[in-house]
Amino acid sequence: MFKGITYTASLFTIIVLFGIIATLFSEGLPILKHVNIKDFLTSPNWHPTHFPADFGILSLIVGSLVVTAGALIIAIPLGLGSAIYISEIAGTRSKEIIKPIIELLAGIPSVVYGLFGMAFLSPFLIKVFGIPTGLNAFSASIVLGVMVVPIISSMSEDALSTVPRNLREASFALGATRWETIVQIVLPAARSGVVGSIMLGFGRAIGETMVVIMIAGGAAQIPKSIFQPVRPMTAAIASEMGETVIGSPHFHALFGIAIVLFFITFITNLITEFVFLKKRK
Amino acid sequence: MKKFVILLTLFALIAVPVLAKKGNKITIAGSTTVLPIAQATAEVFMNNNPEINISVRGGGSSVGIAAIMAGTVDIGNASRHIKAKELASAREQGINPYENIVANDGIVIVIHKDNNVKDLTLEQVKDIYTGKISNWKEVGGPSLPIVVISRDVSSGTFEVFNNIVLNNAKCISGALMLASNNAVVTTIATTPGAIGYAGLGYLNETVNAVKIDRVMPSKKTIQNGSYPIARTLHMYTNGAPRGLAKRYIDFILSAEGQKIVEEQGFISVE
Repeated sequence: MFKGITYTASLFTIIVLFGIIATLFSEGLPILKHVNIKDFLTSPNWHPTHFPADFGILSLIVGSLVVTAGALIIAIPLGLGSAIYISEIAGTRSKEIIKPIIELLAGIPSVVYGLFGMAFLSPFLIKVFGIPTGLNAFSASIVLGVMVVPIISSMSEDALSTVPRNLREASFALGATRWETIVQIVLPAARSGVVGSIMLGFGRAIGETMVVIMIAGGAAQIPKSIFQPVRPMTAAIASEMGETVIGSPHFHALFGIAIVLFFITFITNLITEFVFLKKRK
Repeated sequence: MKKFVILLTLFALIAVPVLAKKGNKITIAGSTTVLPIAQATAEVFMNNNPEINISVRGGGSSVGIAAIMAGTVDIGNASRHIKAKELASAREQGINPYENIVANDGIVIVIHKDNNVKDLTLEQVKDIYTGKISNWKEVGGPSLPIVVISRDVSSGTFEVFNNIVLNNAKCISGALMLASNNAVVTTIATTPGAIGYAGLGYLNETVNAVKIDRVMPSKKTIQNGSYPIARTLHMYTNGAPRGLAKRYIDFILSAEGQKIVEEQGFISVE
């Protein structure tokens, strides 16, 4: 009985997944009737409602990659640093305080991060850097980075704390300092968990929608600097889908973007799985 | 007993909507710009007439007009006029689209409060949006790069702006594309070099509106047609409205209905 229920549950999940993939492809592939795949992926001109329309998504792909890379540049040192502190350095008391606070960051809804970016960060950046607009790749990266920190931090911390105690003791016994032990013994031993956490953080950042709609600026261009606005793929899909005519080329193009996004996250997940699998062997 | 109650509840859930559907239903689909007007007026209309059921869907102006032509709805909403091509194909199918104007909509060009530019011509606004003018000093303002703010290309507001101001020229790719009228106004309030556009109902004291071709946007100048960036919003019916559809459209055009139109951020029909 119990076996039956759990089996049905897992089967249902798989069916839903395949349903989503099937819809994605059946709605997304028809765009190739209107534009060839090379232009779709390599042209930076995105004018979907113009006549004649341009369906090039390169600027959207670049937009996604720029904000995601920026987010990771911020989140990796912060997340990894706090993971090392919590797992290796902090005493029990400070560990008990800091850990839940960092994890609290993960519980804040993304629209709240977006509001913070629009109302506080963007005007602040205009004043500090003297840039014309505060809605750009840089501010989106900062906010996304803060959102990704708890993912990297808590997963890396888990990985670090599963490293056997005797490895550390052996290292100290050989006369290594605490710093040398962390960098040369503990981190390499926890490598796969740390890499996995970064991959998950990447997935979170590239898939995040609300924050980039609100703060990335939404300009479909290849940015010349990080202070220029960009239009990540998720922002384009979410803000244009609501008002496009179902079955129009624009509609199919948005699904086409979703396929590209799906492939990017799918490949990242594969790499993560691979890293974990290697560890188990 | 318990089973009986459950069965009865299930029956009621299924039967009530089925029974209620009969005869007293108005179906509406189309423009997302007209959607809030249709929703808000339908709600009050249904409260006043509990026996009538109105279902309202979005989809876009093209969807609204296509639905009238296919006969799948009673009212098709559109934020633009019917195109000659659509009219010809409707006539061929024996459908006679009838335009009911239910509201006026005006788009205001908005700038930062500290910007001393007071008026622009339609041509200057176009040049700013196409990138020919990129600094405020070229139009008599401070020496400050212009931050161009536009709306998402599938929004109704962009559609009007595109038709009237851009004349179908391409907006520069560096323009910020924001998702709502509110986002545009909030961003302009915090960005000194910004220019953007929003529905008249969204204008507030945190930003400045500019005159276009020397006309200040207001309820009056939009109603009398002297302000250039304005449009009418429509509900299309097959032939002049009859029966329930007529009662509903008459309600929208009544003083009570037009008050709801204004509450939604649009301008009443004169």
